Amino acid sequence: MTKTGFVIANLFRKKTRTTLTLLSVIMAFLLFGLLQAVNVMFNAGADFVGATRVVVQARVSFTQSLPLRILPELEAVPGVEKVMYQQWFGGVVGENQQVFTFAVDPARLHAVYPEYVMPEQQWTAFGQTRTGAIVGRVLADQFKWKVGDKLPLKSSIFPQKNGSKDWAFDIVGIFDGKDEQWQRQTNTVFINYDYFNEANQFGQGAAGIYMLRLANGDVAQSVTEAIDSKYENSPDETKSQTEKDWQAGFVKQIGDIGLLVRWILFAVFFTLLLVVGNTMAQSVRERVPELAVLKTLGFSDTSVLGFVMAEAIALCAIGGLIGLTLATLLGIVIQKVAGAFLPISVDGSVWVAGLVAIVVLSLAVGLLPALRAQRLKIVDALAGR
Amino acid sequence: MSNLISIRDLTKSYVRGKQKVEVLHGLTLDIPKGDFVALMGPSGSGKTTLLNLIGGLDQPTSGEISIDGKRIDKYSAGELTKWRASNVGFVFQFYNLMPVLTAEANVELPLLLTNLSAAQRRKNVAIALQVVGLGERGKHKPRELSGGQEQRVAIARAIVSDPNLLVCDEPTGDLDRKTADEVLTLLQTLNREHGKTIVMVTHDPRAAEYAKRTLHLDKGQLAEQAAH
Ligand SMILES: Nc1ncnc2c1ncn2[C@@H]1O[C@H](COP(=O)(O)OP(=O)(O)O)[C@@H](O)[C@H]1O
Ligand SMILES: [Mg+2]
Repeated sequence: MTKTGFVIANLFRKKTRTTLTLLSVIMAFLLFGLLQAVNVMFNAGADFVGATRVVVQARVSFTQSLPLRILPELEAVPGVEKVMYQQWFGGVVGENQQVFTFAVDPARLHAVYPEYVMPEQQWTAFGQTRTGAIVGRVLADQFKWKVGDKLPLKSSIFPQKNGSKDWAFDIVGIFDGKDEQWQRQTNTVFINYDYFNEANQFGQGAAGIYMLRLANGDVAQSVTEAIDSKYENSPDETKSQTEKDWQAGFVKQIGDIGLLVRWILFAVFFTLLLVVGNTMAQSVRERVPELAVLKTLGFSDTSVLGFVMAEAIALCAIGGLIGLTLATLLGIVIQKVAGAFLPISVDGSVWVAGLVAIVVLSLAVGLLPALRAQRLKIVDALAGR
Repeated sequence: MSNLISIRDLTKSYVRGKQKVEVLHGLTLDIPKGDFVALMGPSGSGKTTLLNLIGGLDQPTSGEISIDGKRIDKYSAGELTKWRASNVGFVFQFYNLMPVLTAEANVELPLLLTNLSAAQRRKNVAIALQVVGLGERGKHKPRELSGGQEQRVAIARAIVSDPNLLVCDEPTGDLDRKTADEVLTLLQTLNREHGKTIVMVTHDPRAAEYAKRTLHLDKGQLAEQAAH
């Protein structure tokens, strides 16, 4: 027998209780792993999008479309190099799988977003194929789409002229991101604006929102001010901001979800603290005489503290590692089936947070019982005092 | 014969609430090496208190305790812990085995404090179990053993690190007559053949018969000493 063997034997002195406690630790860390991954995703923020693009949307709301006719006026604003527009299509694959789908002018998308990379002939094909669509790598991998495939896509908003909301496009290209962060942004489908604009039943000439590529970041403020003052008091009042601020607006809403996630995590761990803490306290309480015997035999107060601490650590570590492993596996599955909308990955940073949580939890649940065991006086414990 | 235990003017008081209660009042006592002493006396007379002081489980309020020439009354709690590991074996009324460990592992427990190899530990455990007559029961958990067998495992645990002194607090208090006799015979053998000095608290005059002599403790003072 070894000291480790002794710790493990003590841990499982009440098999049912330990198993149940272990299960709650596993469940909590599974949840922790997944929620933490979501948290990381929400906190990823928009800090990689530059300040060299400006987004122009309708002042009332970004769901309101700006008209196509202001395009040349925007192009004429000093400091603006290229302009694109995008209309939200509300794409649905199959029964109810939402995919981010935008109707765009292919050449303008290419010019304003050089971060999306695709072979030049596919860009050309996109420009020349009226029913063409290009899909991002993340989506292509998820749905196993290839160039040449038909892409049946329902619109949650726009019916065709014949009244049907079932559209069909031809996949003519698959685009990647220029780096890892932009790779993650490739969960999008772009369709040809001209075709969309002609074929849809209403809203002809509505551009949606505009993206402006600037000569450099320094002109951002003068550009946004120039645009917003130009359309002030017109029927198409605008709200212009850098792409960074625009994203930050979304991120702020999402940030509230992040806060909610953190509260859930907090509640989960608080509960876990009570459950595991109770198990540890009970386990020490019911073997006061045994702990006294250990001391009688010559084990020091510190090593008795160590035994109890080791039990707490073993309990939290076994449960925590199993839970995090399950979260990692489940994360891979989620990534496979819903990667586009929930791009979570239980990666290194989640594991680091998980390991920290294991250590903190072990200390929190182990320390008081361990100190109690350490302070135990032999003669009192043996006499049941 | 030289003394293994030498006690001078030993007092022990406990603080209960605001009150100080003296349990042992200036006790003086010598126990030679190889002795087997039965300690008798009414309940509450301080037998356990005295035994705990001799075994280094507690520290005296005043007076001297020297064991094998060492003044353990001057030891710190930490020093006492180390001293106990190699110098005293303990046997209690309720055996106090670890329920989660096999008999073997229970006996091996004190050896985890030594730097013996695993093989050496196993060998010593086997010998100790042999001495108490439980060579075959090593793999059993305490609850699979009878009371007498449990107490013999506890005795094996007490002797496995080969201490000179055994202190036993009512070791047969929870056993029937026949089993008690077996355990007492075992203690007698350990005393006679293995040279262990034994101090045993008991209520039972028949148990005391197995000792070489009996000390009577009453209200924290030693009465007459009867030799057998
Ligand atoms: N740790 C303690 N705190 C307070 N009182 C104690 C303590 N230990 C023993 N006593 C008291 O000291 C007296 C002697 O106890 P003890 O040595 O256990 O007697 P015995 O073993 O002879 O029955 C009893 O009155 C007991 O209540
Ligand atoms: Mg007693």
